[in-house]
Amino acid sequence: MSWSPVIALCVGAYGLKALGLAVGGRLDPDVAERWHLEILVVPILAALIVVQSFSSGHRLVLDARAPALLVAAFLVWRRAPFVVVALAAAATAAGLRLLA
Amino acid sequence: MRGACSIISQVVTTDSTVGADAQQTAPDQVLRDALSIALATGLYAVSFGVLSVAAGFSVAQTCVMSVVTFTGASQFTFVSVIGAGGSPAAALAPALLLAARNTLYGISLKSVLTGSVARRALLAQGVIDETSAMAHAQPAPAAKRRAFDLTAVLLFVGWNLGTVAGALAGQGLGNPQDLGLDAMFPAVFLALLAPQLRNADSRRAALAGGLVALALVSFVPAGVPIIAAGVVAVPFLVTAHRRGRREADA
Repeated sequence: MSWSPVIALCVGAYGLKALGLAVGGRLDPDVAERWHLEILVVPILAALIVVQSFSSGHRLVLDARAPALLVAAFLVWRRAPFVVVALAAAATAAGLRLLA
Repeated sequence: MRGACSIISQVVTTDSTVGADAQQTAPDQVLRDALSIALATGLYAVSFGVLSVAAGFSVAQTCVMSVVTFTGASQFTFVSVIGAGGSPAAALAPALLLAARNTLYGISLKSVLTGSVARRALLAQGVIDETSAMAHAQPAPAAKRRAFDLTAVLLFVGWNLGTVAGALAGQGLGNPQDLGLDAMFPAVFLALLAPQLRNADSRRAALAGGLVALALVSFVPAGVPIIAAGVVAVPFLVTAHRRGRREADA
């Protein structure tokens, strides 16, 4: 595999991160506070969860990841540590796939 | 359970007087959460290493990607498109679209990530989902910054150690899906999202973002549903802004 796509990904990904801080740096100091920019995280995380649990390529699918997400939701509700949530989700998906 | 009780009692006893400021998570809890995220992330970084080498990248290329790119969803997308026979251009487009959410995070973290240009250039590398969510779960700027720093450093270590392990072990570990590693990613994100859903604006924004992504995923290029979900946040930002102003005027 040639290095050029790897380098392009590296430059692009870092550039997009730096761009955010550069743009943010030009904003009025309390704009972020007044506009509650922290809320941006919320729909993006929700979208990532949905896409990574219920889609495969461009298809919507229901597979072992859905029950794994339910198990994760229960453990999050019980305030289990992150690593417990993650391992329980993996174990659920792995177990169901083993049975299938 | 004890954690849940103490959070509830904090909210109950302080909500009416000082509101969000008092809900600050104890510092050692932040450290524990950051360690926990780093451990979980390190495990699914193993699956990135395996998939990347299987897609035809060398161990060195795989490791450089994790150190320099350091944004999981983009890396997974990139190697999976190439692994499926896609061209580099076809792999770069969705990977960079996904990475564009870090730009939005960077804007939202502006008041948290302060310092000299060189320092901010270094901090920029840490602007990802987990660090942004951990920072924004804290109410005060100093606590936000501490949560960001701890999560960024620990996660960077975990992500890269996991990548090296996966790249070296390669297919010897078996198919990452058989181990359920693909189910870890959404589970961690759910744990990160939950503390952010404290008010009605956030809950509506989460619901809207999830529905938009679900509606779009079949029809648009990979990465677009995620950015569209970020755009969906704008009306909620406006609502939160107006409500803040009304409360200030009152």
